[in-house]
Amino acid sequence: MEKFNKLTGNAIPIRITNVDTDMIIPKQFLKTIKRTGLGEYLFFELKFDQDGNKIDSFVLNQDQYNGASILIAGKNFGCGSSREHAPWSIADYGIKCIIAPSYADIFYNNCFKNGILPIILDEETVAKLQDTAENTLNFNIDLEKQNITYLENNEQKEITFEIDPVKKKCLIEGLDDIGLTLNKSSSISDFENNQAKETPWLYGSEII
Amino acid sequence: MSAPKTLYDKIWDNHIVSINDDGTTILYIDRHLVHEVTSPQAFEGLRMSGRKVRRPEFTLATADHNVPTMDRDKGIADPDSKLQVETLERNASENNITYLPMSDKRQGIVHIVGPEQGFTQPGMTIVCGDSHTSTHGAFGALAWGIGTSEVEHTLATQTLIQTKAKNMCIKITGEVVDGVTAKDIILAIIKKIGTAGGTGYVIEYTGDVIKNLSMEGRMTVCNMSIEAGARAGLISPDEKTWEYLKGRPLAPSGEEFETAIKYWQSLATDEGAQYDEIVEIKADEIIPQVTWGTSPEDVVSIDGYVPDPKNASSDEKKRSIERALDYMGLEPNTPINEIEVSKVFIGSCTNGRIEDLRAVSKIAKGRKVEKNVHAMIVPGSGLVKEQAEKEGLDKIFIEAGFDWRDPGCSMCLAMNADKLKPQERCASTSNRNFEGRQGRGGRTHLMSPQMAAAAAIKGKLTDFRDL
Repeated sequence: MEKFNKLTGNAIPIRITNVDTDMIIPKQFLKTIKRTGLGEYLFFELKFDQDGNKIDSFVLNQDQYNGASILIAGKNFGCGSSREHAPWSIADYGIKCIIAPSYADIFYNNCFKNGILPIILDEETVAKLQDTAENTLNFNIDLEKQNITYLENNEQKEITFEIDPVKKKCLIEGLDDIGLTLNKSSSISDFENNQAKETPWLYGSEII
Repeated sequence: MSAPKTLYDKIWDNHIVSINDDGTTILYIDRHLVHEVTSPQAFEGLRMSGRKVRRPEFTLATADHNVPTMDRDKGIADPDSKLQVETLERNASENNITYLPMSDKRQGIVHIVGPEQGFTQPGMTIVCGDSHTSTHGAFGALAWGIGTSEVEHTLATQTLIQTKAKNMCIKITGEVVDGVTAKDIILAIIKKIGTAGGTGYVIEYTGDVIKNLSMEGRMTVCNMSIEAGARAGLISPDEKTWEYLKGRPLAPSGEEFETAIKYWQSLATDEGAQYDEIVEIKADEIIPQVTWGTSPEDVVSIDGYVPDPKNASSDEKKRSIERALDYMGLEPNTPINEIEVSKVFIGSCTNGRIEDLRAVSKIAKGRKVEKNVHAMIVPGSGLVKEQAEKEGLDKIFIEAGFDWRDPGCSMCLAMNADKLKPQERCASTSNRNFEGRQGRGGRTHLMSPQMAAAAAIKGKLTDFRDL
């Protein structure tokens, strides 16, 4: 898995609540058999109108956010479909950190599999950071220290965040969790042998 | 004696392979459903790392998202869709996984195929790279949607690394009003707790109203658990569950079936077990429900009105109502039953089962689809289609002017050719009314099959009980 440790970059405020994964990456881009190259389709239907013209009012089309690596979003971000194409498109676009008051469960989990740090802060702080993002060039995110620092009106600001220590470790070390689980193969076999005795019908004949 | 446990606690405990040093659990996965959209990158990952599928016989694959619902003999026209389906077929074959192709009458939406084949059973852990995997919770199976990385993890290890969720109990009390369906119940639940209300929880649905639902109805309820934010929904298995499973191709049979029932009976939540959250909803207050906006929590009764942002409880809520009204092309305070539709979609993993089609046929019989409306009926699987035709439902549909199609996900998410045009308004039995979900600019109103059928007849949203 991709590692995440520190990040410095500008942030895009997305002032919409309940952003669903259909909005993040519309279905016409799910027909790929690859993980890569989805960045250009991120928020596609918010970026372009039905005739393919850029919608200037949408933040991703505004020059000041070019090269941004952080999204500051509304609550329940990433709800809906489980499509991992959503975090793939976010990461491929260059965004490695999201800040929001809350996330949908599957999306939150998918972020960690793709080197994206989803930070949770209270609604008020997120709203304030969205305002700040309009004028501040750079935010520094430090996962080890669990803080966000930035300069506002020549004043150094710091916001700390909480994160599950296991998820933190996964991101910092970029662990291959399939490899780690495969190291426990004998436990899995033991489980299967035991389960086959307890509930033998689960180990019946070949399927269909 | 051990502490009383919930149904969720029991299934969880029965599947612990080991607990990692960091406190996460390696949980055994009994069954894995695979479809074409969320699996190609997982199989590619296995190939790249030289890993094998641990238990191909516990895995079942079918194509559903991309398949055409008409002119199947001509194959899939869209080259990307075609490649994705062919890739699944190749991956399944290379890894000895059973694959139900488009030409097989058992093909259909994964969440309809699993129960139909008896692949889904009580007490199991079931995953699929699809958020509506929660459907299988209707059997008392712990079933949840996963991303592609976890699809790969499951294929390689037949396990997932998990952290346990909290227990929520949603109890539906009282008696349902005549004409109120499982869909109305789950929409009313989502209205009450919101699309993030179940985040971090597994929901167990309880109460006589739930018990009295058919297996199909229970699947409809559990299906939309994810729209309430919960990864999984559960209903305690009972006689109806055994009755449904009996004789299904993959269900245990004979003496083993009796042994299995004893085990399944032991799964029910113990008396005195603690839930982290309990929500009670009175069934008597629910009448047919529809959505007006672009989130599944934007629910209103059919006799209600489009909300007015002026009355919103917060600025944020106000902005979100305004955005939804703008997208939906609706004016505040419009009576819901004056909203006209030009499209109707009946189908999906929420409402594409035989019981749903029977309900639609009762409305359709002897009536005609309004002349400006195109109304599609897409059965959830080839077997649902076959059964409907055996009962003559197809003739009723066609006679009434409905478009009777082949099985698949179809216009629930519009990955195949079935989609709304910009600004087209649709009465839909599916599960999501997100912006663009059924086609760019398309406007979706979610409702029960009976209500969608009535909308087709009237050309507008209407209480089907008044027809």
